[in-house]
Amino acid sequence: MKKSIDLINERIRDGNARVVSAEEMPDIVQELGEEGALMEVDVVTTGTFGAMCSSGAFFNFGHADPPIRMERIWLNDVEAYAGIAAVDAYLGAASDSDTQGMEYGGAHVLEDLVAGNPVELRAISRGTDCYPRKTITTELYLEDLNHAIMCNPRNAFQRYAAATNTSDRTLHTYMGTLLPHAGNISFSGAGTLSPLANDPHMRVIGSGVPIFLCGARGMVVGEGTQASPGSGFGNLMTTGDMKEMSQDFLRAATFTGYGATLYVGVGIPLPVVDIGVVRSTAVRDEDISTPIVDYGIPRRDRPTLRTVTYADLKRGTIEIDGEEIRTSSLSSYRKAREVAEELKKWIETGQMVLSMPTRTIDAGRTVHPIRETALAPRVKEIMDKNVVSIAEDEEIRTAARNLLRGETNHLPVLNGEGKLVGIVTTYDISKAVVRPDSGPRVRDIMTRKVIKTTPDEPVDIAAQKLERHNISALPVVDDTDRLLGMLTAIDLGKLFGGRWRR
Amino acid sequence: MKLLVTFSRKGGHEPVIARTVKETGVLINVERAHIDSHAGEVLIDVPEESAEQVCRSMREAGANVKVLEDAVIRDQNECIDCGACVSVCPQDVFAFDEDWHLQLHGERCVLCGKCVVACPHNALSILE
Ligand code: SF4
Ligand code: SF4
Repeated sequence: MKKSIDLINERIRDGNARVVSAEEMPDIVQELGEEGALMEVDVVTTGTFGAMCSSGAFFNFGHADPPIRMERIWLNDVEAYAGIAAVDAYLGAASDSDTQGMEYGGAHVLEDLVAGNPVELRAISRGTDCYPRKTITTELYLEDLNHAIMCNPRNAFQRYAAATNTSDRTLHTYMGTLLPHAGNISFSGAGTLSPLANDPHMRVIGSGVPIFLCGARGMVVGEGTQASPGSGFGNLMTTGDMKEMSQDFLRAATFTGYGATLYVGVGIPLPVVDIGVVRSTAVRDEDISTPIVDYGIPRRDRPTLRTVTYADLKRGTIEIDGEEIRTSSLSSYRKAREVAEELKKWIETGQMVLSMPTRTIDAGRTVHPIRETALAPRVKEIMDKNVVSIAEDEEIRTAARNLLRGETNHLPVLNGEGKLVGIVTTYDISKAVVRPDSGPRVRDIMTRKVIKTTPDEPVDIAAQKLERHNISALPVVDDTDRLLGMLTAIDLGKLFGGRWRR
Repeated sequence: MKLLVTFSRKGGHEPVIARTVKETGVLINVERAHIDSHAGEVLIDVPEESAEQVCRSMREAGANVKVLEDAVIRDQNECIDCGACVSVCPQDVFAFDEDWHLQLHGERCVLCGKCVVACPHNALSILE
């Protein structure tokens, strides 16, 4: 059996459509069977409410007198992109304020507008024959704008990788606060209610499909940027009129140490046209799996510690290596439900009818990393291979002599097998001279906890280590802790023309 | 019950906590302490029924005592019930009810401040 979209819309207009949420659907399918559910249910509503950095809006402000061709534009000190004609801008949610940094960003401007607060527009121009004016400053409310059209390049990911951190310091990321030593796990996404998780093959979601966007009647533009539905990470480009939006479903946020972002409420109604839709909307949290990725490794390809389902994540703790680790959601499941319920109301009362995609999305597409014409430099390219080192059982006096001879401030210390076991600096030696009772050998005064690097580590990451620990040199070692060289702040300075010198 | 005790050490070094323990015989659990040469701030946990007695004794010793009922404060208008605070709190102060509304057990809070930094919506604050 099949059901046409026209029949479904007719039922919606007559007020007879049976609309259920994606959370209710699995039980209905279980109870009535697939054929039964297809006959019974006309529309399944989905919803999600979470941080979607890749959001923003196009504005048209209208012309001033005398007219100005706005070349650079700030809204409450957050710069918007102005390279689109004279009095237009695109404001991205993730851009930070010039004056308040990441505490206030594009997302906050968008929320202020929707909340009915005034926003200061500041623009400058070089002045032309047709647009003579050079500056303008004015206060605007949302209703003063000709157009405020939200257009989000990538929203509503099918699922998100969960995050943890095995390093020994707290990380502040777009996945929230990640405590050291895998102290917690954070995740995002609505699982069973997530729009794309209910249509992973993009059979009824595509261009032109009506959606709920932050309280407005919006639309799917098409595939989102960086969408990779072929690997289970599809997403959508969405649009909607900001003048219809509500603060209940649009919230600015700041992730400490990362930046501003926008919490967006998105819901998509799925027409139950065939068994395929019944099957895909019967998905439960237990059926949606996602990897837990280690953000303690600062590289693109971060290791996966475990694969879990949304049911596991929502339960509150996950076991990794025999330890129960607590989970935190970053998106709001309560709000996701509100979105799906609101959408249900719209359809039950005939305020929204459905349509099939006018253009479908390729569900097999995957994305790849950037093509880098020059590989990011590695430590081995700039490290100093002529290193003066010292054995741990030498006398401190010998260490002092070596430091002088090597014209350096750092002396790596090796054990009998030639492995790095410590480091001695000129400061340690001075201390030993003042306090001679510490012992006569290098091992008595060396620092044992050495911050080090490897030859294949990218220079940017080694530079971060120097900065974070406030040190000026890193021993370079191989897998077995054998010393290969030293990387100093001076080596970095040479490479980057002073960029790293502090 | 949690009490935040602050005292100045300018007028001599009165051992406020030791004195109170001796005087009242109440066992005091010190959860956090910042004490330097001229001032101190100590967070203590005492049994509900002896709280009043402890407060009185400490105040007599010249300390300022605040009863912490709402140590961590949530702004309901800003909170969206995401749950980012849940796993960062060392005291299990936050949990969801079955409708995914965030519940707070503020009496367990030790004012570490981790949740304040973790909340993306600036909805949490703690007593200064
Ligand atoms: S992190 Fe903030 S917004 Fe999220 S549930 Fe906790 S208090 Fe509410
Ligand atoms: S301040 Fe610390 S103990 Fe108190 S609620 Fe926040 S995270 Fe928990």
